Amino acid sequence: MLFDDPVYASRLLTLLTLSFHIIYATIGVGVPLMIMIAQWIGIKKNDMHYLLMARRWAKGFIVTVAVGVVTGTAIGLQLSLLWPSFMELAGNIIALPLFMEVFAFFFEAIFLGIYLYTWDRFDNQKKHFLLLIPVAVGGGMSAYFITVVNSFMNSPAGFDIVNGELVNANPLAAMFTVSMPTKVAHVLSTGYMTIAFVLAAIAAFRLLQGSNREYHKKSLNMLMKVGFVFALATALIGDLSGKYLAEYQPEKLAAAEWHFETSSEAPLVMWGVLDDNNEPQYALEIPYALSILAHSWPTAEVIGLNEFPEDEQPPLIIHYFFDTMVTIGVFMLGLSFIYWLGIRKRWNFVESKWYRWLIVLGGPLSFLAIEAGWWMAEVGRQPWILRGIMTIDEAATTSDYVGIMFYLFVLLYLILGVGTVVVLRKMFQRSPIEKDIENYQGGDQK
Amino acid sequence: MILEIIGISVLWLFLFGYVIVGSIDYGAGFFNAYSILTGKQHIVSKVIQRYLSPVWEVTNVFFVFFFVGIVGFFPETAFYFGTILLVPGSLALILLAIRGSYYAFESYGKKGHKGYAFMYGASGILLPASLSIVLTISEGGFITLNNGEPQLEYLDLFMSPLTWSIVVLSIISVLYISAVFLTWYANETGDEGATNLMRKYALVWSVPLIIAASGIIVELRFHNEEHFNNIIDLWWMFGISFLLWIGTVWLIWKRKNYITAFWLLVGQFAFAFFGYGISHYPYLLYPYITISEGFTNEAMAIALIIAFILGMALLIPSLYLLLRLFLFDENYKKGKK
Ligand code: HDD
Ligand code: HEM
Ligand code: HEM
Repeated sequence: MLFDDPVYASRLLTLLTLSFHIIYATIGVGVPLMIMIAQWIGIKKNDMHYLLMARRWAKGFIVTVAVGVVTGTAIGLQLSLLWPSFMELAGNIIALPLFMEVFAFFFEAIFLGIYLYTWDRFDNQKKHFLLLIPVAVGGGMSAYFITVVNSFMNSPAGFDIVNGELVNANPLAAMFTVSMPTKVAHVLSTGYMTIAFVLAAIAAFRLLQGSNREYHKKSLNMLMKVGFVFALATALIGDLSGKYLAEYQPEKLAAAEWHFETSSEAPLVMWGVLDDNNEPQYALEIPYALSILAHSWPTAEVIGLNEFPEDEQPPLIIHYFFDTMVTIGVFMLGLSFIYWLGIRKRWNFVESKWYRWLIVLGGPLSFLAIEAGWWMAEVGRQPWILRGIMTIDEAATTSDYVGIMFYLFVLLYLILGVGTVVVLRKMFQRSPIEKDIENYQGGDQK
Repeated sequence: MILEIIGISVLWLFLFGYVIVGSIDYGAGFFNAYSILTGKQHIVSKVIQRYLSPVWEVTNVFFVFFFVGIVGFFPETAFYFGTILLVPGSLALILLAIRGSYYAFESYGKKGHKGYAFMYGASGILLPASLSIVLTISEGGFITLNNGEPQLEYLDLFMSPLTWSIVVLSIISVLYISAVFLTWYANETGDEGATNLMRKYALVWSVPLIIAASGIIVELRFHNEEHFNNIIDLWWMFGISFLLWIGTVWLIWKRKNYITAFWLLVGQFAFAFFGYGISHYPYLLYPYITISEGFTNEAMAIALIIAFILGMALLIPSLYLLLRLFLFDENYKKGKK
């Protein structure tokens, strides 16, 4: 059968759960910030439209948070179930951020509960707004702590190995590794960027359907601006991530770039296919760009994949993951920039149908970029689970039942995914924005 | 040595917290499904929507805290329990997913789907059963080592009377804890019908609870004598627990002071739970892991404890705020706001 090998099955199940969780996790990181921005503008300008935006997003957020908690609990427990040896080792060195993450969840969950169920219980709107701050901070902290763990897996530090024994554990040094700053920053900025574009996609879609023009236009303009800022940050930090890789994980960068021979003046290879001699064909080559990405200098030397022993080379497929991420990043940066410029200069085409369809497309694309980014980062770490220290073969469970569990979880996520979409659609069909506005103006804030 | 004790005490305390808040949550789901069957739906479902929905994520974090914390303080448990629990653990996850998604998808809608409510109710019974398996396994005798890889003997586990008595006790406890709590809560909201119904359930489950609990102690005598003897040495803790149980039942019977009844119940379970935990010392998993051998290194232990103290300093005031707004707010309870 396909799943006779527990290692392979464990990898697939991890891939499945994480790829699913990251969707909800990203929403959990990004949406509170967007609600905050909208509610803040609403209070400042005393504009009901922005207040309603905050309210409606928060309403949908209830659903996604609950599913995020479910899938997060799943991956949290699965890490121990699928990678027991890794977790035993990790428990000794990197348990601290995992532990602190629980407090971040706790904190976030408590204030989210209060925020969501107290819309009308405060006479002073600003007080209610204040409740959002711990929610947004908690979401950001969750992302921060979990990404710290992942950074540790890519650049382990904070301990010594003497005769196969782990000694001199230093939990703080394990948290502040070389890959941590770029990783955390990139994960946060992509999370905010993605959510801005996803909400923008919804607004654009509603406009295309001819729903309330003013409300959705305000929403779209605001979100595209926010999205642009974070897309810019994403590209800049992504560039720094490349420099990190060149320095500390050159095999990952080399595999992602199909860069086999060490050379200077290295071009950036986008897309294409490999021929029998491992030569990229039909690829788009940007001269010097890889050298610039790796070392900020067009003639800098970039280490090639052939320098590494064959059994330590990451799979070449990550090239496509990398290209997907970068292509989408550049596309969204351009799309939001042109929109922003277009609104200022009154270019009509940014309000045309085809441009709005592109914005609608941008939502799913941003999520695809997040997935692709993680696939490239995690698959690119192969064969290591802890780079240079423990391989996945040593880490995986020996249980024979992982394959069956995989099917069970596929089914579960299918139900959860479809359920989310159905419930959200029903929820907003039952109370369209027109009705909300009427209610709001009628003074009945229910 | 002192660090190990702090570590296990913190974990045990959170597990205890989960037993109480989790039981309220699980039991309510079951009573809800049951009352749909008997046509008294509105009674419990209101409580679920107004109380359980806002706090269920907090409930869940207690669970997450436990399994993250135990890997931190006792990394070796990740290896043993992680390897053997793949199947029961995954099933528990799926059951938890049913509950979480019920809150996400159903309690929001105007009127829920009946089949879903039944699944939600059933998960409230199956979850304690599947989670309690871990306690059974930790008594030892169900694991063999195969080339250094632990393996679970499913058949032995399935055939053991100990397994089944622990399963039965966990289910009864859930129903009892939940019924006592809901009696108080329904009384607070001024819903007389619900109060009477819940009071009846609480009384119904009180006697089986004590029978099941005593049964386990007898079972242990045959299964793990060392543990049994330790329990006998701690007889006074279980004695206090029993007296507190009498107090709860008496108050509920007399329809008096339901809140005191509930706190007595918390005390009853605390004494029994900690009595059980202390008598289990020093083993985490008979006979493979003790708390000193399986303990993490000192630097990590100190870091975790500091993080815990700082975390609590942040959480306790926030939890207080949450409870004040939802559980103890007069207007909210009565459904005015
Ligand atoms: C909306 C999503 C998104 C977008 C548009 C980009 N990225 Fe990204 N990228 C991620 C989402 C992401 C991510 C999901 O957040 C990753 C996966 C693991 C991580 O740390 O962040 C990531 C990882 C990641 C890594 C690997 C880091 C590592 O393995 O340690 C590099 C080198 C880049 N990115 C570079 C870029 C560049 C040059 C971009 C140009 C625009 C870019 N990313 C856009
Ligand atoms: C603290 C954070 C994380 C930890 C501890 C972690 C842990 C792991 C482990 C143990 C594996 C299996 C080993 C391997 O196949 O390389 C793995 C693989 C994987 N992880 Fe991560 N992961 C983390 C973050 C993420 C996130 C957020 C994602 C995004 C969705 C992700 C996606 C993946 C994927 C796709 C694989 C499969 C790789 C493969 O098939 O080779 N990981 N991760
Ligand atoms: C191995 C990787 C991961 C593990 C073990 C994990 C674990 C968890 C757990 C246990 C929960 C539920 C917490 C609760 O009960 O409230 C959760 C939710 C969450 N996770 Fe993950 N997570 C992982 C990856 C990530 C990543 C990479 C991010 C962010 C980039 C993230 C962000 C969040 C957020 C924000 C939530 C809160 C739920 C929400 O607001 O939607 N997680 N995660």
